Amino acid sequence: MPVSDDFQKAQRFREAALPHLDDVYTLARYLLRDASDAEDAVQECYLRALKHFDSYRGPAMKPWLFAILRNVCNAEYARRAHRPSAIEDTPGAAEQTPIWQESEASPETEVMRSRDAGAIRKLVDALAEPFRETFVLREINNLSYREIADTVGAPVGTVMSRLARARAMLRAAWMAEEEHLR
Amino acid sequence: MTCDEARMLLHALLDNELDAGHAREVEAHIASCPSCTAELAAQREMKRVLADTNLRYTAPASLRARIEASLPRPQAQPSRRSVLRGFAMGSAVSALAASGVVAVVLRQDDQQRILSEVVSAHLRSLQAGHLTDVISTDQHTVKPWFNGKLDVAPPVIDLTAQGFTLVGGRLDYIDARAIGAVVYRRRQHVINLFVSQTSNSQYRAPKTETMQGFNCRRWSNRGLNFWAVSDIGGDELAEFVDKFEATMKANVEG
Repeated sequence: MPVSDDFQKAQRFREAALPHLDDVYTLARYLLRDASDAEDAVQECYLRALKHFDSYRGPAMKPWLFAILRNVCNAEYARRAHRPSAIEDTPGAAEQTPIWQESEASPETEVMRSRDAGAIRKLVDALAEPFRETFVLREINNLSYREIADTVGAPVGTVMSRLARARAMLRAAWMAEEEHLR
Repeated sequence: MTCDEARMLLHALLDNELDAGHAREVEAHIASCPSCTAELAAQREMKRVLADTNLRYTAPASLRARIEASLPRPQAQPSRRSVLRGFAMGSAVSALAASGVVAVVLRQDDQQRILSEVVSAHLRSLQAGHLTDVISTDQHTVKPWFNGKLDVAPPVIDLTAQGFTLVGGRLDYIDARAIGAVVYRRRQHVINLFVSQTSNSQYRAPKTETMQGFNCRRWSNRGLNFWAVSDIGGDELAEFVDKFEATMKANVEG
């Protein structure tokens, strides 16, 4: 009974994939930095996921959905031809700059002040790709390094170095803002 | 270990991603290096502040509804065939009742159509693994689970003390709309309580109808439509509804 099979499949898909909707939407918001583009991308992601659900063999649902979302977002980047390029694995200038410089203000004397979520989201949004993506997957979506590596198709070592740079850049921008606010 | 290596690995240390051997190496370097010690402290501090801030987004209900709508689901207007198919799926239903179903389907009006959908949804829920999306006997777990998934979260009331055990909750589809189902158990019997919003805030007293060997007790109160469906007897189902309403009334007034 094909109709019944379809319904059963949809039901299994619903149970497996829909609980991750907020996670997928969160990642889409940070990747695309636009609420309505994020909604479209998430809907497309779920359509594709349902289509390929028969061939889904794990490992975990969340990284699988993220990998699909990433492909959708790359297509969106291509559509926004005038916007900055897609998430790519070629190291940009930011990736070649050292994680840390001696000239930085000495961290032990500074205490970070709590900021509201909106201000921190802006700082995260300002991070360059692929650092923003890695940071969001780890710090906001709570993926392990292995899961991030699987999602973005890069070695774990690359994930680790991107994350280190993302956090160093975020902290520098954060402290610079606090300096400015002072 | 150089400072450059330590600056990278200290993040893996913070994230608990290092094996014991590497963790010891990083810790040994940091212990002997004041600037790496400071960097670790600074990053730990940032991680703490980030953990205290909600940086996640919540998917809009409209997006959830659009995705739900794109998934295959039972026909909004079940054909006679689909009712009979749902019927064939139920294990506890006797063939004798089938003739009754045909008669019911033939005089379908809106109420009957919705009733048959409610009963079909109840039947589907009895399939293995379909009963609950959230499993909990704690109303304070089940109720928040519905938030953001539906326009109106159904009231979730624990009636364990009154002999009806709260089992969990589920999203279901009645009349082509996502609605909440709160699941209870009475001995080995499942009770599905379907709740949907209505613009009509008039009170309608509970009334029991029977379809495919299931009892369905329907009522409206406080702008909500309720359908309680089960294979328990009509008297017991009426008792369930009375206890639900009494507790809800006490909650509202209390």
